[in-house]
This record gives sequence, C-alpha cells and structure tokens, in this order.
Amino acid sequence: MLALVSPALLVILLLIMLPVGWLAWQSIYHDGFTLENYRRIFTEDIYWRSFALTFEISLAVTVIALLLGYPVAYLANAVPKGWSMLILSLVVLPFWTSVLVRAYAWLALLQRTGVINQFLRYLDVIGEPLALVHNIFGTVVATVHILLPFMVLPLYATMQKIPGELMQAGASLGASPSLSFVRVFLPLSLPGVLAGCTMVFVLCLGFYITPELLGGGRTVMVSMLVSRNVELYNQFGAASAVAVVLLASVLLIFVVVSRFIPLDRVLGQK
Amino acid sequence: MMRPSSARIVLYVISALVLVYLILPIVIIVPISFSSARFLTFPPPSLSPRWYQQYFSNPAWMQATRVTLTVALLTVLIATPLGIAAAYAISQSKLRIMRIIHMALLLPLVVPIIITAVGIFFVYAKVGLVATLPGLVLANVMLGLPYVVISVLAGLQSFDPAQEMVARSLGMNRLRSFFAVTLPQIKSSVVAGGIFAFISAMDETIVALFISGGQYQPLTKRMFTALRDEIDPTIAAISTLMTAASFMLVLLASARLRRNS
Repeated sequence: MLALVSPALLVILLLIMLPVGWLAWQSIYHDGFTLENYRRIFTEDIYWRSFALTFEISLAVTVIALLLGYPVAYLANAVPKGWSMLILSLVVLPFWTSVLVRAYAWLALLQRTGVINQFLRYLDVIGEPLALVHNIFGTVVATVHILLPFMVLPLYATMQKIPGELMQAGASLGASPSLSFVRVFLPLSLPGVLAGCTMVFVLCLGFYITPELLGGGRTVMVSMLVSRNVELYNQFGAASAVAVVLLASVLLIFVVVSRFIPLDRVLGQK
Repeated sequence: MMRPSSARIVLYVISALVLVYLILPIVIIVPISFSSARFLTFPPPSLSPRWYQQYFSNPAWMQATRVTLTVALLTVLIATPLGIAAAYAISQSKLRIMRIIHMALLLPLVVPIIITAVGIFFVYAKVGLVATLPGLVLANVMLGLPYVVISVLAGLQSFDPAQEMVARSLGMNRLRSFFAVTLPQIKSSVVAGGIFAFISAMDETIVALFISGGQYQPLTKRMFTALRDEIDPTIAAISTLMTAASFMLVLLASARLRRNS
C-alpha cells in the first residue's frame, strides 16, 4: 500500500515540502546563520505595516463574507430542494471561474469609466466618478467575491444537519421564530461559522492577485511583499522570512481551530 | 407560516442581492467581449467579434493557449493515476502513517499559493526547470493532486470493498480485480477529479507568474501582465472563452457524478 501512495507522496515532497523547507532554510542561512531577516520583519515599518494591513483586510473580508454568506446559506437550507440546488449552483458558479477573470471583471465594473460609475452617472446620483478601485475598497469587494463560496458551503453543510424539529419544538414551547433562531439555530450553526471563517481568513491572508491588480500599488499585502522581494529586489532571504511568518500564522490558525472542529471539515469543501 | 413574515422578505432580498453580486462580474465580461469599442464602455456602442479575431490572430496569445492546453492535459494524465493510487491506498490501508500521508497530500490546499510559488521558483532555479514545460506540468500535477485524491476517496467511500475481495477469491490478482471491479464503479469520481485537476491547471496563475517564461508562458501569465499594463477587451474575449470552457467541464463532471449517485 505504501508503494501505491509513494508516487503521489514524492510529488508532494519534491514540489511543496522541499520548496517550503528551502524557504525556511534560506530565511535563516546566508553565508552563516542569521536572524537578520526576522529582525527586519519585526522592526522595520514596511513589513510591520504590511502584516497589520493583511490581517485587517482578512478580518474585514471574513466578517463581510459571513454577513453576506449566512443569509444565503440559511435560505438555501430553508427552501425546497429544487430552489436550494439553484441557489447553491449560483454560489459555486464563480468558484470555477478563474480568479484572474474575476479580477478583470471587477476592474471593468469598478474603474472610473467602468460600468458602475457610468450607471450611477446616468442616473445622476453622482457628478464625479467614484474611486471604487485601485484602493482597499476594490480589493475587498473582489476578494469577498472570490472567497464567499468558501463561507457559504460549510455554513450550508452545517445547517443541513440541524434537525428541523428543533425549531418546531422551540415554537411549540412558545418561542417566537426569532427567539428560537437565536437560541437554537444560531448556536447549532456555529461549527459551520467557524469552518467558513477559518477558510476565508486563511485564504485571504495569502491572497495575491486581487490586491496586486485592484489595490493600486498602495495596498501592499504580505503576499506582495514576498513577490516584490523576489522579483524587484532579489532579496531572497527577506522574501523567505516573510513567507515563513505567513505560513506559521496560517498553520497556527489551523492548529487552534482543529481543537474545536475536525480539520477535514474545514478543508474538504471544494 | 401562512404569509411570509417581514423577516423572510428581508432574507429573500439580501440573498437575492448577494447572488447578483456573485453572478454579475461573470456575466458582465460577455457583453464587454463583444463590444466594438477600443476602450471599456458599457453598454457597448455596437457588437463586433473584433476582440475574438484579435485573440485568434495573435501568435503570442495562440502560443500561450497551446501551452495552457498542453499543461492542463498532461497534468490530468499524470495527476489522475497518481491520485487514484494514493486514494486507493489510503482507503484500504490501516497503517497509522496513512492518516499523516493523507494530510500531506492535501498540503497544496493549505499552504498559501504565493509561498508554494516562491519556493518552487527557488528550487527550479537550482535545477534549471524555470521557464520549461516539464517544470510547469510538475507544479500543476502537485496542485491538482488534492482534487483527484478528495474526489476518488469520496467515490471509494461508497464502494463496498468486499466486491473486490470476491473477485480476488475467484482467482483475479489484486491489480486485475481493481481494474475489473473497483475502477468501473468509481469511474465518475475519477472523471470528476480529473476534470477538477484540469480546471485547476487551466486557471493556475501565481505559480506560473514565477516559474514560467519565454515560449512556455500559459494564458493566465500573459493575461496577468496584460492586465497590469493596459486593459484591452481582448482579455474579455479570452475570459469569456475560458469561463465557457470551465463551465462546460464542470457540467460534465457534475452530470457524471449525478448519474452514478
């Protein structure tokens, strides 16, 4: 059996474990051991600010995705099967569209001469076009769009397992629909909330395409720090150290979350 | 429950708006791709296939398309058998270490892609695989493996291993009984896993940004560079075609899965 799994394992070893190991090594070794790269992350402003910005954006994206995703998952769970299939297909439809294509579409929608600005001007709501893109706003709008399915699917999966009789029991005991929602349904859906939030937050931490294309150069997320250190400055050690800190944050989150819910529940959604 | 409560109506409205938000960006590229205007205007002044002509007549775009299709196809041909073998071993073996191996095979989904990309770039630079076709294929095989493993494992879960035992007790060896009994029954999951690996390779951008170059640049890399410089509706035409291809493949995959379940 080990022989059967070894070719796949070899690919994983050579193409992800070795490269990541290499990064870790390179971050501490350059003509001798050094912690210089890490010292810079924790002391130099650009690094520090980029990490802070990345966590802020990820948090905002997660909260927005939860607020948008919960009602949709709830509705998909509450309506008859045909309707819920329709809702879910609309949710996963963007899943299978290239992230790049969607970044382009948002650019087309949000830019100064874009669809939304032209529409608003046509309606005479605004005089001057709004700055909707090449800033944090544009980045967040497009990132939420890309990550929303990762929120809705675990939410829906969890809600499906909540027995409908529980809500009826609540009603028969005199609870109003909103009370039985808050006291019964909401607490039972929390594992799904945790799974969805974890996935969205973690994926957002490493996001690259949307901030690069829609952030206007000012929204420097950690992933861009990594790529710029490689592509522009040839600072491989610095890039590696940033990558290691990012990866450590991601793994730490997974470890913490796995104490509350099984990890394959977070991962096996796609 | 007789009449929709106001809470219900709010729920419907919010959900509808969210669904519009999800679908709008995917729909909007289609009219843009058929616009006759040089710059992005909406609604388009008139319809024209010029951006599609532009795409099909440009040797650089065509070369990139060939690279993308070659890479995606080779990825499927390599990742699918590797993934089937691994999933089979994981589902059959009771070894403790298989749990760890299972987790390891899902690593590409866990490690932020930018880190994977930079790491592979460093390793490839040492061994001379940067800007080569094999390098690009190998990276995509790694990224596609989890999809095949997850899909095939799900298929194997609903398959009764006793059937294979019967075949073996009747004298087939393990390999033959797998191909004769097990594989036909998990075929849908295999096809679905392969299709997901294909789409993953077709859409992959970030690793390609770092490790591809010269004549072996896939479509996504060329699109990314084009988007950074100037927005040209050719991208909308390509996007429309890519999206159409993805959707057709997904429909195919889900039709197969549904037929079997």
